[in-house]
Amino acid sequence: MGAAWTIARKDLKQRLRDRSAYIIGIVAPLGLALVFGFVLNPLSGFEFEGRFVVADLDRGSVSRAFVEGVLGGIDGIEVIEVDTAAEAETLVDTEVSPLGGTEGIETADAAIIFPVGFSADVQSERPVTIQVIGNQGSETEAGIAVAMVEGYASELTAVRVAVATVENLVGAEVDRLATGVEVLQTPNPVTVRDDTASTKQLDGVTFYAAGMAIFFLFFTVQSGITGLLEERRTGTMSRLLSSPISRTSVLGGKMLSAFLVGLVSMAVLFVATTIAVDADWGPPLGVVLLVLAAIVAAIGIVSIIAGFARSEEQATAFGSMIGMVLGFLGGTFFDVSQAGGLLASLRFLSPHGWFMQGLADLRSDDLTVVVVPVLAMLAFGLVTGAIGVSRLRKGLRP
Amino acid sequence: MTATPGEPVLECSGISKSFGEHAAVTGLAFSVAPGETYGLLGPNGAGKTTTISMIAGLLEPDAGEIRLAGEPMNPDATHTKRLVGLVPQDLAIYPDLDAVENLEFFGQLQGMKGAELERRVAEVLDIIELTDRAQDRTEHYSGGMKRRLNIGVGLLHRPTLLILDEPTVGVDPQSRNAILDSVERLGEEGMAVLYTTHYMEEAERLCDRIGIVDQGKLIAEGTQADLIRIVGQRDRLTLTATGSLAATASALGELEAVDDAGVSGDEVVLIVDRAHDHLPRILEIAARTGSMVKSVNVDSADLESVFLKLTGRALRE
Repeated sequence: MGAAWTIARKDLKQRLRDRSAYIIGIVAPLGLALVFGFVLNPLSGFEFEGRFVVADLDRGSVSRAFVEGVLGGIDGIEVIEVDTAAEAETLVDTEVSPLGGTEGIETADAAIIFPVGFSADVQSERPVTIQVIGNQGSETEAGIAVAMVEGYASELTAVRVAVATVENLVGAEVDRLATGVEVLQTPNPVTVRDDTASTKQLDGVTFYAAGMAIFFLFFTVQSGITGLLEERRTGTMSRLLSSPISRTSVLGGKMLSAFLVGLVSMAVLFVATTIAVDADWGPPLGVVLLVLAAIVAAIGIVSIIAGFARSEEQATAFGSMIGMVLGFLGGTFFDVSQAGGLLASLRFLSPHGWFMQGLADLRSDDLTVVVVPVLAMLAFGLVTGAIGVSRLRKGLRP
Repeated sequence: MTATPGEPVLECSGISKSFGEHAAVTGLAFSVAPGETYGLLGPNGAGKTTTISMIAGLLEPDAGEIRLAGEPMNPDATHTKRLVGLVPQDLAIYPDLDAVENLEFFGQLQGMKGAELERRVAEVLDIIELTDRAQDRTEHYSGGMKRRLNIGVGLLHRPTLLILDEPTVGVDPQSRNAILDSVERLGEEGMAVLYTTHYMEEAERLCDRIGIVDQGKLIAEGTQADLIRIVGQRDRLTLTATGSLAATASALGELEAVDDAGVSGDEVVLIVDRAHDHLPRILEIAARTGSMVKSVNVDSADLESVFLKLTGRALRE
């Protein structure tokens, strides 16, 4: 271990003096992550704010449930109630709004109008219409208002189906309106945890910070392992091998330096992207486990490449090609998990894919979710590393 | 661990090494005594570097045995490797480290540390005359300075046997002389040195005994005087010429006074008994066989003559 550490220390000293090591290990991934981060940052800090004007001409239980229960329960939505549809329409018309700058109230983003008799019509199963008028200058907020009303209408339809089912079962008339509103206001006893991929996605900034970090990790680690071939080219390998140390120490030293360079690179990127672009990698312990496993995988794969390469140049060329393929396959540049089908499945052939999946899974704040990605990456590293080390050991010659 | 009195520092017994179909070294056997400077002299490709690679534990011999101070040497013999200081033909130093860092790194690999290492690094820097440039990265050194540091690394741990593989290749005359002076001093201080070269003058100047190697085989061994006795008191006559040199060499080889005749570049090299007596006849044959002689040089017998006598080829072919 002493000799391996001596070799690793020497390698680290050389890397510290090598500008290209900073570029590959830190500048390039950080630069790309920052570029993507600044482009995407406005979305990452998005918080909805809207002002909706409501004309509840019905004043019934169903309309009040929406106004008070739905709209009133959302932070960021300001509700202005008016008595007539005309007032509501005026408030979303920027040209004629009487509530403009003169009274210190801005125009509303959308107007929602419940017609007279709305609740009764819902009960009697007559067609009902909720009118939503959007402000032309607030397309996003108006769209959200439409979506909320559509969602509520869907809920009402479901309640009406549920009420009809009860009637059939008990054979008695049910107060539909009372039951419907009651059902709407009762918390659903079944909590559905949405585990679809979309809820476990990394936000854009974090996605690119992590993607660039893991992508360049393979190139960072590569320079450490191919250092073996460099020592052979420059003639220093003969001196290492004539020293009273084992070949395992020579290999171990190179791998240790590659591991430490990879670790420092990932740590710098983790801290820098967290501070600079507010990337949220997830719980640190989970991230650390994923990073360590990713470094092991990178060293393993680079070792097998170096083990079969005939020269340093060949190892670098093959390493770059394979690093690019694994990076793209693993979805470090675009989220292939959203692509579905074969492409989404193929990402698990790459340690990059497991790393990104592990980070996405960490959104749940449950550390146990990293076990499978960590084991998968370790398996990549150990299998390829065993073959690579065996080849490299045999190839250790002056 | 050092050689006990009377025991050779290095003993090679019938070592062989092949690379595929090519036999690089065949049945080589020689030994080096404590304090002796032993030269392996031979042309490029003779098997010198393969031989020292096996002695330094870089390569495993296919056959035969190597012992250093009685201990077997092979690539896994880490304990025995402590006895060897290798100075490879290529510059085995790190250009992005300075001289001190290079020496300290290789010293640590030899198990040296702390004050002992620091003291020895300073001593070696003094020996190789690089104390003033010790803190400069070696990439800024001249070729000669790099060569000296390359030797210094080999000396650092006071090896029982210092192996120098063609240490003056590509070095300017001044640096070359400084290197040879250093090796002479090491020999005088009692360090056993194994020195490979294809420069006859270096072997003549430095070595107590010389082994002549050709095509992987040791074809002669002894002191310089022993080896020269092989060719007797014959002279080496060199004709620098243009034209049909091979035909001239062939014709001259037929003369009774000519022991050996060969061609090296634009020279016809002859081993001749009393060359001055036969010079007119030799020049006449050269002209008749189509060679235009530009100059003639006659030297008394040396290692070059020995090599020519033994192989029929010039040393630097």
